[in-house]
Amino acid sequence: MTGITRRGVLVATVGLATPAVATERLRMAVTTTFENSGLAGHLLPKLEAATGIVVQPIVVGTGQAHTLARQGDIDLLVTHAPQQEAALAASGAVVDHRPLMVNDFILVGPRDDPAGVAGLTDVSTSLRAIADSRAPFVSRGDRSGTHVRERALWHDAGIDPDTLSGWYREAGAGMGAALNMAAGLGAYVLTDRGTWLAFRNRGPLTVLVVGDPPVDNPYAIMIVNPDRHPHVPIAAARRAVDWLTGPKGQAAIGTFAIDGAPAFYPVLDSEDPS
Amino acid sequence: MRILPLSLTKVLVEREGDRLVGPLEMTVGAGGISVVMGPNGSGKSTLLKVCHGLVTPTSGTVAWAGDQAANARRHQAIVFQKPAVLRRSVRENVAYPLKLRGVPRAERLEKADQLIARARLNALADRDATVLSGGEQQKLAIVRAWITEPEVLFLDEPTASLDPGATRDIEALIGSIDAAGTKIVMTSHDLGQIKRLATDVLFLLDGLIKERGTVEQIFDSPQSETLAAFLRGDIVG
Amino acid sequence: MNGLSDGFREAFRLVVTLDPALVEIAGLSLFVSLSAVAAASLIGLPLGALISVRSFPGRGVIVVLLNAFMGLPPVVVGLVVYLMLSRSGPFGVLGLLFTPTAMIIAQTILILPIIASLTRQSISDLWDHYRELLQSLDATPAQITATLLWDARRSLLTAVLAGFGRAIAEVGAVMIVGGNIEHATRVLTTAIALETSKGNLALALGLGLVLLILALVVNAATHALASRTMGRR
Repeated sequence: MTGITRRGVLVATVGLATPAVATERLRMAVTTTFENSGLAGHLLPKLEAATGIVVQPIVVGTGQAHTLARQGDIDLLVTHAPQQEAALAASGAVVDHRPLMVNDFILVGPRDDPAGVAGLTDVSTSLRAIADSRAPFVSRGDRSGTHVRERALWHDAGIDPDTLSGWYREAGAGMGAALNMAAGLGAYVLTDRGTWLAFRNRGPLTVLVVGDPPVDNPYAIMIVNPDRHPHVPIAAARRAVDWLTGPKGQAAIGTFAIDGAPAFYPVLDSEDPS
Repeated sequence: MRILPLSLTKVLVEREGDRLVGPLEMTVGAGGISVVMGPNGSGKSTLLKVCHGLVTPTSGTVAWAGDQAANARRHQAIVFQKPAVLRRSVRENVAYPLKLRGVPRAERLEKADQLIARARLNALADRDATVLSGGEQQKLAIVRAWITEPEVLFLDEPTASLDPGATRDIEALIGSIDAAGTKIVMTSHDLGQIKRLATDVLFLLDGLIKERGTVEQIFDSPQSETLAAFLRGDIVG
Repeated sequence: MNGLSDGFREAFRLVVTLDPALVEIAGLSLFVSLSAVAAASLIGLPLGALISVRSFPGRGVIVVLLNAFMGLPPVVVGLVVYLMLSRSGPFGVLGLLFTPTAMIIAQTILILPIIASLTRQSISDLWDHYRELLQSLDATPAQITATLLWDARRSLLTAVLAGFGRAIAEVGAVMIVGGNIEHATRVLTTAIALETSKGNLALALGLGLVLLILALVVNAATHALASRTMGRR
């Protein structure tokens, strides 16, 4: 027991002494997918090996990530809510706002598919069919990037999600919790591909609708404005972002696969000489 | 002689407008066993607490004489009618007052053991004091009070509701404390006990000292009809 | 049913193989919660005793507040500590957010009312019993406090263990102020939340059982130690 305690003391000391130690350590707020899909475990060790920079991911929702950025409690952030990111950048809270990668949103649901949407290629059309059949649908309901996107898709289908109730359930929770709920209820749910591929409690759920063209889910990376928060190690943060958005980082994102299926697509064209 | 005699002058104790004790005058000198006698509710316990300084009189003065009068409390001790025992061993209980006075552990435990032997509690020295019988707890409380070698020891009904065996033990203990030179001021309503122990009897009724004298004076020639009635066993007060 | 047995199997595997990741996470859980218990006891035991023994203006308010705060939601404590330790908050310059220290602070605040309140209850009862004796012996306030704390030690142990139980089991506060960073601030409860969100229900349940075992071991060890050093009753 003393051994464990001593280890704990060490951890605590490292935590306290973070600014002084030689390795550069950055804290990066990321949305659930980044960590839960396994991408963080694939990508960040490569970043450390190449640059010597340790990036510690802190998993939060988009809203909380943006709050942490405004307060200066993190150094970097990766989110997937273009409009909110634009507002955040415009407010001056972050700098170096750059696209990082893309995946897509897909519609999963019970294998017996009571709304009969399997094989459709338009998500909005599928949502209309689900609404007509009143089959259960789980919404994130947490104002996250995915939730915002889902609401936009409902509006595209000509339905105001605020008028829905009964079969339409707002989980008020993260992607994983919403998937767990849908698996338990046998409900339809909109999810990003990365989280789905890594999700292990699928139960009756299966992929029913993949958009063609895909429902893009763009991820962007940002640095917290060092003019507002001078403790942000801007040089290290820039090096990390440069690597992640550069050829090596982008290649690493492109090679990440779950059970053989690619989960994310780099934004930098591999033939691009830069 | 360090703090005796004790003098109470025009002492009056009231609580929420009710008169509990006094106004009365009283002097207690060295030596012997003074017993405050009277029916329940006559103010015996309150009078002891006034003497000990735990109850401040509404008016009047409680004065100790002698060179140590300024910290008189150090030279007295009290055992309440239902004494609290600490959740510790008998030995730790008895040694406790010395612990508060900063006496080194070995010294205070040795002294506690001597007194435990005097109270014939040896076999119980390491027991948790809270599991002792009523009589054993009372003996413990008396030697615990005695351990600081007080000049005056106040005992409030030390044998109330105890069986004859325990009463006999405690009276023997009181006798040896008296013999060691400690002044004892106690309350009792057990007439036989008063005859066996007292050298000085105060008859308290309705908060007032009605009569005071030796055992012979009080029991053989009561001056008032009330005292005579009390001694006969009539209900008075 | 199947899920439950998977959970037990997973817990068994984790414990038997002494999975290094598990040892690190469980060690940090213990370190954070035991530190919080130590800090909260250091403040809560004398505070509870003081409130029982001394009367001062505002005492009633403090008693009511402590009792009410026994049910503080961990998430709220986490939020308050986050706002305090945030770079934009009053203690931001210390840079403590997302460190074990921040987690210890949050859990200390969470369990301080429990320890202080339970202490106050047992000390109050004892003080009623001891008051006349200690006053007649002219015990100083420090001596009174020490005597009451020592003699109430068994019920105080229960208070301290209640605090530990709440600390080791809570997830809301450490998630917010710790950030669940692997190798830095990940503890059993935040790992359970993470694995649940990944749909790894067996692993999550296994970690939950490990947490339960850990709590049992700490309780049993404390009681064994206590009966050795405090005597039997």
